Amino acid sequence: MKLELRGITKRFGDFTANDKIDLVVEPGTVHALLGENGAGKSTLMNTLFGLYDPDEGEILIDDNPVLFAGPGDAMAAGIAMVHQHFMLVHPFTVAENVMLGHEEYKGPFKLLDLDSARERVREISARFGFNVNPDAVIEDLPVGAQQRVEIIKALSQRAEVLILDEPTAVLTPQETDELLTIVKQLRDSGTAVVLITHKLREVKAIADKITVIRRGKVVGTAEPSASREELASLMVGRAVTMTVDKTPATPGDTVLSVDALSVVDDLGVTQLHNVSFEVKAGEILAIAGVQGNGQTELTEALLGAVKPAAGSATLDGKVITGLTIDEVLESGLGFVPEDRTEDGLVGTFTIANNLILDVYDRAPYSSKGVLKPKVVEEEAKKHVEQFDIRTPSVFLTAGSLSGGNQQKVVLARELSRPLKLLIASNPTRGLDVGSIEFVHKRIIQERDSGAAVIIVSAELDEVVALADRIAVMYHGEIVGIVPPDTDRDTLGLMMAGAHTEEDAA
Amino acid sequence: MSETTTEAAPKRDSRNLLREIAESSTLLIILAIVASLLISGVLILIADPEFREALKYFFDRPADAFQEAISALSAAYGAIWQGAVYNTDGDDFAEKIKPFMQTLTMATPLLFAGLGIGIGFRAGLFNIGAQGQIIIGATLGAMVGFMWHMPFPWHMILAVIGCMLGGALWGFIPGILKAKTGAHEVITTIMLNYIALNLVSWLLSLEAFQREGSDNPQSPVMDETAMYPTLFGGQFQLHLGFILALLAAVFAWWLMERSTLGFQFRAVGANPSAARTAGMKVSTITILVMVVAGAFSGLAGSAQILGTQPSLTIGIAGSIGFDAITVALLGASRPLGTVLAAILFGGLKAAGPALQVQAGLPVDIVLVIQSLIVLFIAAPPLVRFIFRLPSPRIVKEVAA
Repeated sequence: MKLELRGITKRFGDFTANDKIDLVVEPGTVHALLGENGAGKSTLMNTLFGLYDPDEGEILIDDNPVLFAGPGDAMAAGIAMVHQHFMLVHPFTVAENVMLGHEEYKGPFKLLDLDSARERVREISARFGFNVNPDAVIEDLPVGAQQRVEIIKALSQRAEVLILDEPTAVLTPQETDELLTIVKQLRDSGTAVVLITHKLREVKAIADKITVIRRGKVVGTAEPSASREELASLMVGRAVTMTVDKTPATPGDTVLSVDALSVVDDLGVTQLHNVSFEVKAGEILAIAGVQGNGQTELTEALLGAVKPAAGSATLDGKVITGLTIDEVLESGLGFVPEDRTEDGLVGTFTIANNLILDVYDRAPYSSKGVLKPKVVEEEAKKHVEQFDIRTPSVFLTAGSLSGGNQQKVVLARELSRPLKLLIASNPTRGLDVGSIEFVHKRIIQERDSGAAVIIVSAELDEVVALADRIAVMYHGEIVGIVPPDTDRDTLGLMMAGAHTEEDAA
Repeated sequence: MSETTTEAAPKRDSRNLLREIAESSTLLIILAIVASLLISGVLILIADPEFREALKYFFDRPADAFQEAISALSAAYGAIWQGAVYNTDGDDFAEKIKPFMQTLTMATPLLFAGLGIGIGFRAGLFNIGAQGQIIIGATLGAMVGFMWHMPFPWHMILAVIGCMLGGALWGFIPGILKAKTGAHEVITTIMLNYIALNLVSWLLSLEAFQREGSDNPQSPVMDETAMYPTLFGGQFQLHLGFILALLAAVFAWWLMERSTLGFQFRAVGANPSAARTAGMKVSTITILVMVVAGAFSGLAGSAQILGTQPSLTIGIAGSIGFDAITVALLGASRPLGTVLAAILFGGLKAAGPALQVQAGLPVDIVLVIQSLIVLFIAAPPLVRFIFRLPSPRIVKEVAA
């Protein structure tokens, strides 16, 4: 089945999300749709999927124009989508999820025909070597397997065009490799695959054709043989350096020492077990690991947001475990939370107010409990300038900014006071290439000015680019601390729990 | 980890919904008022016997029905105007503006309590307990007023402080329950309303609270030295409390917009997770918000006990605690808006008797208008549908 989008235009008020986009997806190919966040990739796919009506343009299947009123129509026509956030019912089994929305019945009492669904799961699973048990409950499955269930769901509806929306965002490097293998198999069996992503490595590894979208327009097509720099500059619209410029670290005194720290959550499960490490002034320790392996608990324990069950942390000679968040911040910790919209910003507050969210009670922003709006405004303007926050006014709400600019607001706030230690969790998650470059540069500046830095990141690229040392976490423990030139395969294995002998700590 | 995230999600949603309702746009509010006046117009017609009579022979003489409709509506809205703003039939100027003075008098307790509830809304707390806070505030104020004796103004000042303390105490209880145990303030404040009511009912049965020579459950009359003095002499009820309420509105604005405490109130209300990560003590703030809101409600109690009803009864709070929620909603939780909304509702209250006497309509029509306004504000899509407004730009979020 050949899918063609012709001149698709979609506007939201004055904002043109898609501007005359042409796209042809041939059967048996992998077509990468490359673009920054907010470039209009998802709008395009939602239009294709019948969630939006295009203002102009048409969708053709095998050269016949079609009109989808909703996802049901698109699915019936053989188009399936695996969303970034899986649409699975967690307490249901694999077979039940695959059947969901297409229930079949049997017998005089119209009982659900689970057997046929199980059979279908087994059949598809065998065909592609998925190794998925139809009776497994979704919430017991690892993320990679959940994604495979989504793909099985799509294939069970005989999808001929499969759209994968940022499929590797939640996967380990190994799982990513497995997914890429699966995509190749699908392609070879004749399925057309649309891969929506901003990750250049995957695109280069698997795409047959690349269409780059910027600000709602197709700005070019490229061959997979194009270099990463070429693809990145197409995506961003200017030349981009893909490597982070940094000089070797010149570590000074130990700033943070963590000693046998453990965290037990409300359910009594140990989320962080006996973690010890040190970070010196002027060095970046990157904490690598698949999300949910104790990184969140580690950073929250250091911040003082959760009380450690055992162990302690010392910041510049002062024990910070047991202090309140306010006291820890006052001691010289800068904290960039992993979820900026949830923990980093008050979306309905102005940019100016967000810039003082943790310093509102200090000079020069207030005195004796009274805010100084003039100072707040002037400082905000300065920060907007220094951190290149793209906004017409400091009085717009933070929620109205793009992800990259929101992150710059958080960074501007945290880096604007003298820091001994900066903890940044996934500092570039969901950011476009241009913003990533900026954020990385500021983090390295902070290191060079003598702060100790901890970066928590699930992105191996980022870890390798920034780290002076890499600590890998798995199941709440540090598996090992290794130098930054450790090869990816080793890091990947460590992220999956394998211990290493080259412990350089 | 999963524990905290699953718990946080629904809480955030209810806060968002609350904020949406509590911070409606000006246009929406004005349209809600217009829509409710239109609909209450229909109800006024239905309630009017002459119109119903004329309707019976509508097809023979439609003009009659229209005439009756116009006269019924003009009588009703005229009565509201005369009862709340300007009485054209008054003998002298004082008589003529008496209704407006009455409106301001009625608005005073609504304004005090509405300000406190608005502060709570903006801090993410749905305080239904103004009623109980008013009752306890008025009770403490009354005790100062009739048990102690001292000269003006010290007596009045102490009585006002008593009212504030009583309200603050009744706000502190749900505040600390929420902060320490997570008990939802909607439930606890509603229950505390009942407790307050029955507490006063029991107090009034005590000898110390009984008025000499009266079998009714009412306290001795307050000392004149404890009362708010009237502003323009005895011919109007309007008292010093109204000026205090306006000052309270200015204070509420300053507190929320200019003080670091108000900054924390707002931050905790808008995004408690981010406030916590920024080092704010969310549970302490929750308690403080409830104490401040309670103190405002206590002041509403003072407008009653030290203003218009100088003796404690179980009906001391009327329905002010609940009407004030409407006032805060209508005022979009902002001080200026709350002032305007309180005056509007004060006017509707003041107009009640005139409606009944002049237009022969049930006083309840005022309640219906009030309720309709709230209903429309709580259902923005309904107002947008009635007035054919475009929906807000939710699409942009989807597009990003």
